[in-house]
Amino acid sequence: MAELSYRDAVAYGIAQEMRRDPSLVMLGEDIAGAGGVFKTTVGLLDEFGPERVRDTPISEQAILGAAMGAAMTGVPVIAEIMFSDFLAVCWDIVANEIAKTRYMTGGQVTMPIVIRTANGGGSRFGAQHSQSVENWCMMIPGLKVVAPSNPEDVIGLMAASVRDPDPVVFFEHKSLMAGKAEIPDGEIVDSLGAATVVRPGGDCTIVALALMVPRALEAAEQLAADGIDAEVIDVRTLVPLDTQAILGSVSSTGRLFTVEENPRLCGWGAEIASIVTEEAFWDLDGPTVRITTPHIPLPAAETLEDLAIPSAARIYETVSKAMQ
Amino acid sequence: MSTDHVDAGLLDYSQRPARLPEPVDMNNDHLAIHLDTRLAIYEMQLTLRQFEKRAYDLFMQNLVKGTSHLSLGMEAVAAGFGMAMRPDDYVFATYRGHAHTIAKGAPLGPVMAELLGRSNGILEGKGGSMHLTSAEHNMLGSYAIIGAHLCVANGAAWSAQLRGTEQVAVAFFGDGTTNIGAFHEALNFAVVWNLPTVFVCENNLYMEYTPIDLVSSVPDPAAGRACAYGLEGVVVDGNDADAVYMAAMDALDKARRGDGPSLIEAKTYRSGGHSRADPGKYRPSAEVEAWNARDPIPMYHERMLRVGADEGRLSEIQQGVAQRVDEATEFAKNGAPPDEGALFTDVWADGGSAWRN
Repeated sequence: MAELSYRDAVAYGIAQEMRRDPSLVMLGEDIAGAGGVFKTTVGLLDEFGPERVRDTPISEQAILGAAMGAAMTGVPVIAEIMFSDFLAVCWDIVANEIAKTRYMTGGQVTMPIVIRTANGGGSRFGAQHSQSVENWCMMIPGLKVVAPSNPEDVIGLMAASVRDPDPVVFFEHKSLMAGKAEIPDGEIVDSLGAATVVRPGGDCTIVALALMVPRALEAAEQLAADGIDAEVIDVRTLVPLDTQAILGSVSSTGRLFTVEENPRLCGWGAEIASIVTEEAFWDLDGPTVRITTPHIPLPAAETLEDLAIPSAARIYETVSKAMQ
Repeated sequence: MSTDHVDAGLLDYSQRPARLPEPVDMNNDHLAIHLDTRLAIYEMQLTLRQFEKRAYDLFMQNLVKGTSHLSLGMEAVAAGFGMAMRPDDYVFATYRGHAHTIAKGAPLGPVMAELLGRSNGILEGKGGSMHLTSAEHNMLGSYAIIGAHLCVANGAAWSAQLRGTEQVAVAFFGDGTTNIGAFHEALNFAVVWNLPTVFVCENNLYMEYTPIDLVSSVPDPAAGRACAYGLEGVVVDGNDADAVYMAAMDALDKARRGDGPSLIEAKTYRSGGHSRADPGKYRPSAEVEAWNARDPIPMYHERMLRVGADEGRLSEIQQGVAQRVDEATEFAKNGAPPDEGALFTDVWADGGSAWRN
């Protein structure tokens, strides 16, 4: 057992996979010499050398194009896009090329790429460096979407993503970087498409992702003090989506809440609400409630950003009110 | 911004002065290219021409749906490069990629069947004309949104560099691509990483319907930008397959030696419009006539005779090509439409499309 921060878990998880597979390479802006602007790739250059860990120009299309070309010729790649907002700069390569090429070619090519990117708010960076864009990726057929909430999941889901032959967008949350947890010894390998129940409970189901998971847990403790026993599910991967875990929980609790950092319209919780409505409607004892960032660009000022992104207090108040 | 200075008459591009081709360089008869290689280049140009003329006929019979972008008149570029490349070199093309796919060795029948949307198509009917790919020939795709594939070609080149295989990645693109950001990102990246990538601009003078010189900052839209990346701007007669072949050999050798990328601008002209929907009326008639008179295929036929090819051998090649195009047409017409099940295959590497349990 060792204590590791979420930030250090990223490099730990990558290193585990680069030791296992000598053909695995990575590229991105400031990832090698500088160890990443979020210090998530510290030590990788020293261990694996400049041929496998390469700095690039500020050229997101060139970065992901290179990742795609290498992957489709047999070299698995981890590519970093510094802030997830910057996916918009190279969206053609993500959404039109990497995601669709296997299908369009009748399965002729395989795309073992992990696109790592720093996602989410809480850093007072304003509307272009704070977004939660996991829903952008979720809506594109051909992309897998992963967003871990804790250090052990970072390592295990990184391993699962690297070992997956399909393209995975891997969201690392900026506001979780400093959080620490005990990590078991030995190889850590998780699997995609498995949600986890992080707090069992019988009265309602709260489904959350990434930074929203610890906030949902905090809210659940406050709810427990009021006699409401909430089950909290960490979705962990949006694609593939573990709908059975969610449907199973809702079947026993009868109530569904989603906690989403993405802005409201077409957020991932809407898809979950729709699935539950279609497939578990008669198990519901009340309406599904989505707790989201409002449909606005994120503001920079501390007070405003804190108002926008769902807080433990807002989750607690919303659930309390709905459960009355 | 005031637009008073714009004369609307100038927007009728057919009234602009014609941009005429350079005359054939007769010295190219003496280039050091073996007669067998020239026969192969000749045969490939004829194959591309006959294949695409047939594809056009099949459109007219409504057997090909959707759109299609032909390389008629531009065959010398794909054929010259195709013969210069090693079988394991990588090719990336645009939506105008029939010629590059065939010149890299993809079989005619499955390519034709793909245009017809049949299950025996090279992409099982799922990609269509604009996405032709033949991974077994290292033809790694036709990209319908210009620019991206220059970056992707760099990735294949990087992979070759990592694996030490001396393979080269060749990206073909049109003049219009030189004005999109990915072109510039790809060139800078290839130079900085010293990648074995060859960038080949087929400048056919029109980005789609608009003359390229009206929307570009320099007269040679690719070669004129090369200096920004520390590259030599190579300009070649894209209607002379021998000139293309020699330029290709130079660039491929340079890349294989580890001396980095090249940028070649091949001057050429498409006989028809941009796509199936375009009759190409925006071009001055004197220009169209002059370029048609510089059609690469009759020119090459004459050269073959001057350099000592046997006329009987050339007609055998013509007959062989005609027969193979007929066979490909039959193969395509006999293909069944894809079954319903194909809709849900090959989103993922496990062969399926499931996104939930």
